[in-house]
Amino acid sequence: MRRISTFFYGIGQGFAGLARNRMFSLASIATMAACLFLFGIFYIVLANFNHMVREAENNVGLTVFFDEGISDEEIEEIGNKLRKRAEVSSVTYTSAEEAWESYKAEKLSPEMIETFGNDNPLKDSSSFTVYLNDPEMQKNLVVYASGLEGVRKINDTTEISEGLTGINTVLATVSIIIIVVLLLVAIFLISITISTGVSVRKQEISIMKLIGATDIFIRIPFIVEGMLIGLFGAGIPSAIFFFFYDNMTTLLTEKFSSVFNLVSFLDKNEVMKVLIPVTAAIGIGIGLIGSNLTLRRQLKKIAVKE
Amino acid sequence: MDRFDLYRAETEIIDPPVILCENVTKDYVDGLHAVKNLSLQIRKGEFVFIVGSSGSGKSTLIKLLLREITPTSGIIMVNGRNICRMRSRGVCKLRRSIGVVFQDFRLLKDRNVYENVAFAQRVTQVPRKQIERDVPRILSIVGLADKYKSYPDELSGGEQQRVALARALVNNPVMLLADEPTGNLDPKNSLEIMRLLEEVNRRGTTVVVVTHNKEIVDMMQKRVITLNKGVLKSDKKGGYSHA
Repeated sequence: MRRISTFFYGIGQGFAGLARNRMFSLASIATMAACLFLFGIFYIVLANFNHMVREAENNVGLTVFFDEGISDEEIEEIGNKLRKRAEVSSVTYTSAEEAWESYKAEKLSPEMIETFGNDNPLKDSSSFTVYLNDPEMQKNLVVYASGLEGVRKINDTTEISEGLTGINTVLATVSIIIIVVLLLVAIFLISITISTGVSVRKQEISIMKLIGATDIFIRIPFIVEGMLIGLFGAGIPSAIFFFFYDNMTTLLTEKFSSVFNLVSFLDKNEVMKVLIPVTAAIGIGIGLIGSNLTLRRQLKKIAVKE
Repeated sequence: MDRFDLYRAETEIIDPPVILCENVTKDYVDGLHAVKNLSLQIRKGEFVFIVGSSGSGKSTLIKLLLREITPTSGIIMVNGRNICRMRSRGVCKLRRSIGVVFQDFRLLKDRNVYENVAFAQRVTQVPRKQIERDVPRILSIVGLADKYKSYPDELSGGEQQRVALARALVNNPVMLLADEPTGNLDPKNSLEIMRLLEEVNRRGTTVVVVTHNKEIVDMMQKRVITLNKGVLKSDKKGGYSHA
């Protein structure tokens, strides 16, 4: 019963503390919101980037070309061997004619096409496009397919995907550094807010100590205050992301249709189910750390008798 | 150990003194000897004045009794418990058993009389129903039942000290420690506060008043402990003894 009343007392006093130090509280909430907004942006960018890389890896398969003069039966046999592999999801055959038609349509002007007449410069470019269940297995399959009789060349996406992973790592590292610096600033601001709160309530705390209030009873309102700053700081960017994520992705898709027609953004719910709890946990955690860091020192300074 | 010592030891086990100081010394970091080899006993139900000029060690003694500081050497027992070795939970319990009144009243200006007194019970997590019962009762004892809605700034010095007294008494402490309770009051209000303290004492609470108000001490004719430069100078019943 006592614990419940202490809990509600702490919550009430925490809100009262926020109201009492309005300006400092607002500054702390704004800083926390700015930090967590940046965190959210980085998270959304990284999560979508990962998603797009994966999607691209899944959509862009490796291409297997054959030796010159290979028979249709031999091509069929290579296709069967590839289909039997566990990492392969599907194999599509593209004849030399189809490859030339597709190339003409995408890359050449009508004038240039005329110069070729009925010749097919890609007559030895019939191929299999192989799609994988797991892009991580690409290297294995390349080794296997290169060893098959009748296979001349394989175009794989390992280099591209390694390049993208490298960009991803750099982006993640830079994000983490920026976020850590910003969160340190937020901790610092929260501790200033809490120590201001403590000095405003110095006499009250002194009386509480004198009367025999427990240490935790004195601390709870300030801890709650710090956590509320964190929670509100997390709530603002979470709300922005929740309400504007779809608008943002739609806008980007429309503006950069050439890029975003090939890959898609993560679904809002997919992003929010991770982003909102993580943002709230970081906010509350930072509030807890910030308030605790300063409380021990500040409360020790207050004597029951000067 | 003779028969008298044996009798005294038995008495202390059955009914320990409220305050027992044995060879208490407190040296500050700057080398100042605030209290030197102080030994004294205050028994349950006593009314004691602790007097002395400034620098005599009165404030240090209060800080020691409230466990704000610990002695450099010696033992301090309050209600039979050695407070020098107490952990923080024990210190909270100790302070709940001591009501304290200060010269500057230490009231919360943004709360009315009722809230100031109730505050002492709220922070010690007393149930609300008990607070609603205790606060009006204690306010009527100190004569402020009709002023429960007033704020400290609307009260006279004497009334503010009575609010502080009510706050100190609302949790039924074993001992009331009053540090210069009449320091900011005129003679009439000082007398009223002393009469109230006497009444509190008559109801069974041990009262320790730290003061340098000679007139009050002489008038009350109670036990007077005189300190001088941290040393116990005299301990006798009667009036103010100049160190």
